[in-house]
Amino acid sequence: MSTATHKLLKGATGDWEVVIGMEIHAQVTSNAKLFSGASTAFGGEPNSQVSLVDVAMPGMLPVINEECVRQAVRTGLGLNAKINLRSVFDRKNYFYPDLPQGYQISQYASPIVGEGEVTVELDGGKTATVGIERLHLEQDPGKMLHDQSPSMSYIDFNRCGVALMEIVSKPDIRDAEQAKAYVTKLRSIMRYLGTCDGDMEKGSLRADVNVSVRKPGAPLGTRCEIKNMNSITFIGQAIEYEARRQIEIIEDGGKIEQETRRFDPDKGETRSMRSKEEAHDYRYFPDPDLLPLEFSQAFVDELKAKLPELPDQKKARFVADFGLSAYDASVLVAERESALFYETVLDKLANRARDGKMAANWVINELFGRLNKEGRDITGSPVGAEQLAAIIDLIGEGTISGKIAKDLFEIVWQEGGDPRALVESRGMKQVTDLSAIEKVVDDIIAANPDKAAQVKDKPQSLGWFVGQVMKASGGKANPQSVNDLLKSKLGV
Amino acid sequence: MTDLTSLTLAEARKGLADKTFTSLELTDAHLSAIEAARVLNAFVMETPDQARAMAREADAKIAKDDAGPLAGIPLGIKDLFATKGVRTTACSKILGNFVPTYESTVTSQLWRDGAVMLGKLNNDEFAMGSANETSCFGPVGNPWRREGSNTTLVPGGSSGGSASAVAALLCMGATATDTGGSIRQPAAFTATVGIKPTYGRCSRWGIVAFASSLDQAGPIARSVRDAAMLLRSMAGHDPKDTTSVDIAVPNYEAAIGKSVKGMKIGIPREYRLDGMPAEIDRLWSEGRAWLEAAGAETVEVSLPHTKYALPAYYIVAPAEASSNLARYDGVRYGLREQGKTITELYENTRAEGFGAEVRRRVMIGTYVLSAGYYDAYYLRAQKVRTLIKKDFEDCFAGGVDAILTPATPSAAFGIGEKGGADPVEMYLNDIFTVTVNMAGLPGIAVPAGKDAQGLPLGLQLIGRPFEEETLFSLGEVIEQAAGRFTPARWW
Repeated sequence: MSTATHKLLKGATGDWEVVIGMEIHAQVTSNAKLFSGASTAFGGEPNSQVSLVDVAMPGMLPVINEECVRQAVRTGLGLNAKINLRSVFDRKNYFYPDLPQGYQISQYASPIVGEGEVTVELDGGKTATVGIERLHLEQDPGKMLHDQSPSMSYIDFNRCGVALMEIVSKPDIRDAEQAKAYVTKLRSIMRYLGTCDGDMEKGSLRADVNVSVRKPGAPLGTRCEIKNMNSITFIGQAIEYEARRQIEIIEDGGKIEQETRRFDPDKGETRSMRSKEEAHDYRYFPDPDLLPLEFSQAFVDELKAKLPELPDQKKARFVADFGLSAYDASVLVAERESALFYETVLDKLANRARDGKMAANWVINELFGRLNKEGRDITGSPVGAEQLAAIIDLIGEGTISGKIAKDLFEIVWQEGGDPRALVESRGMKQVTDLSAIEKVVDDIIAANPDKAAQVKDKPQSLGWFVGQVMKASGGKANPQSVNDLLKSKLGV
Repeated sequence: MTDLTSLTLAEARKGLADKTFTSLELTDAHLSAIEAARVLNAFVMETPDQARAMAREADAKIAKDDAGPLAGIPLGIKDLFATKGVRTTACSKILGNFVPTYESTVTSQLWRDGAVMLGKLNNDEFAMGSANETSCFGPVGNPWRREGSNTTLVPGGSSGGSASAVAALLCMGATATDTGGSIRQPAAFTATVGIKPTYGRCSRWGIVAFASSLDQAGPIARSVRDAAMLLRSMAGHDPKDTTSVDIAVPNYEAAIGKSVKGMKIGIPREYRLDGMPAEIDRLWSEGRAWLEAAGAETVEVSLPHTKYALPAYYIVAPAEASSNLARYDGVRYGLREQGKTITELYENTRAEGFGAEVRRRVMIGTYVLSAGYYDAYYLRAQKVRTLIKKDFEDCFAGGVDAILTPATPSAAFGIGEKGGADPVEMYLNDIFTVTVNMAGLPGIAVPAGKDAQGLPLGLQLIGRPFEEETLFSLGEVIEQAAGRFTPARWW
């Protein structure tokens, strides 16, 4: 952990350090639920994807879905974590109408995945390492619907029994930016792996955030847990608010009570849900309906061998092979779809070694810039990877200038079409024919004798001539040829 | 023609195959017997229409020589087994009029093999009890009475309805379940044969759970052979129960009559309790002598952790039960007692729906799993369980093929006679049987004699894991030596 980079908060009594640990609940991508064959598809009619097991009919028994086990192991491998070949499912007992069994099947003492770590990207190309404490599998409960009737609550059990991975971090996070970067990175890794779709709006990824404050170097303070955050922006806001709240209480001579809190995004504040005294005694014990979960190292090795390239590896490869800056590379790999787009562009390029870096600049600056402006994402880009590769080829081979390329990009964005054909049909080709340019150069020198005379003393004014020639040629003249020609004509 | 209800299952199978009588006749005979025996309260739900329909179907198959091994045999089903379209309550008010949309694996295998369902049998509420007195449908009467007495006795529990119905000739066999002795103790109280197979032998899918790591289904029958026939259909691997074991089911009936010569039978010294009635001790010696006469060798063995079994059982079983019964909350099915808040709804429903014994065990179980008590109780009990299991393993490793013990510390007692002031008095009924559940082993109870008051007593044989065949062979030796016992009809 590069502790030097994290932000300290100023209080009336000096600097404060914020200590953050997170529990991320990530819905496992699988067709069926963790212990029943019912579908996990989102958005079905309420209670249309419910099995007898899900609603805890008498005598029903859970059977582990092996696909969920594979997904958990894959995620563990993606977090560079220890995979436990033997783990145990426990019952977490509490009463709530959305929990039909009266207990959640989870893993308590022996999780499927142990300690690991992830590298998170911070502003300015800096990174930090966050330790993973564990990852375990558990069931999601159903969903209470309070707005269907004035006097009753309804329950939709479609989500009930869907597999979740709870990923617990070590208390290694020190400020809101790191916290946001951590969630972003976990999400990215799981999306690369295809183990969680990371859709926070649909509740596929939710975070419980534990926040405490201390004077730098002091022992850990009392923490408060902010439950069920489903937006990275809100996580940042909640941490900022909660840290300030705790500092104020302590500086006013008060004490932090360990409690569970809820973030109100409208007011931007956290509010108490329940105190430690009201906390449940979950009476964990091994689920006697399920044998311990055991698999071989060969099973793990096989999954490992088939893992896709993950963001960190991809980033390193982009830097090494195409000379991208660490920052540009991390922008490209942050989303699996962006990385895929960039790699498709690379595939289509005529000369990858020469133009790979230029392609990155185009994807990041022109394409992402334009997409952001219109609020679209990469999967809905009007300019496809093949079209963008063609534009870059045209620049790289000297057929068009960078400036013309931007016009061409705009045409492709608006109207579509094959860039190479467009360059032909609309006469956008760069003029490299010296005789054609020479006439223009001569005319401009003749029209500006004073400036021409000055060039020998002020070589930097050559740029003015270049600009004039380019303007006169409608941008189509090859800038290098113009430069060379001007130099020889003006005797520089 | 003799009364069809007095046949054993094996005899009935022959009669059906020989077309001496039809399944419909056999079924009707039993339906009449059930009707005449309502005072016993063995059945909580009679399904005569379904029974006759199934019997006709069986007759059609028998006519086409397409009959399964239990074709046309009328059976009673403990109300703990989910039966599709037929009310299933575990004899608890909390399930109300719950009608499952599914059939338990064990019963569906019986129907697959052609058996006929006569109805659902009484049991202790959620199988918690040793006298069938905790049922929401009231107690069951034992067809056996003390000589010269009109006092109605309990049939034992929790499978009291199953044992009573089989002993009173109301059905040819019955399904039962055993968590701490619930098959073997009632079998011993009613002179019937009951076997609890190895844990994992029968699927638990569709059986209302009491204590998942101990619950096992098995039959109660009129003879050892009948029990073997029934278990063969009930047993088998089920992918829907991951604790069921994928080992082929042998033809258990083939073990009947097989020589037991040279088998080594362990007599555990820790089962000789202080103050145990002399007649129980005498019965035990008799059983030993019968097995020796058949060529088996008997040896004294030690199971040193036996005395910790009952206390450990009464931690593990309630702990699992407290969690298993959490689903009965008034939200989705069964009884609901309204309340102003959801917590009130839970409290009202569960206070009204559960009887005293179930409430007691839920409270004990909740307590032993609580933070701060888990290590002292639950974890320790699990360690004891491991030691009990090891006792048996050591014994079997020493070459012992089976262990002979009394099935119960006494004969049947009167309704309301035991456990009123001290529940432990009732719990002690399972003193010889709980170890078997704790170790996951198979155990069979076979009628072996009568006490001074003319009440039946049984012996228990405990076997190696998945060696039920040994128990059938040895059980039949006892059955042959002791003879079979039928109660005089008073109902």
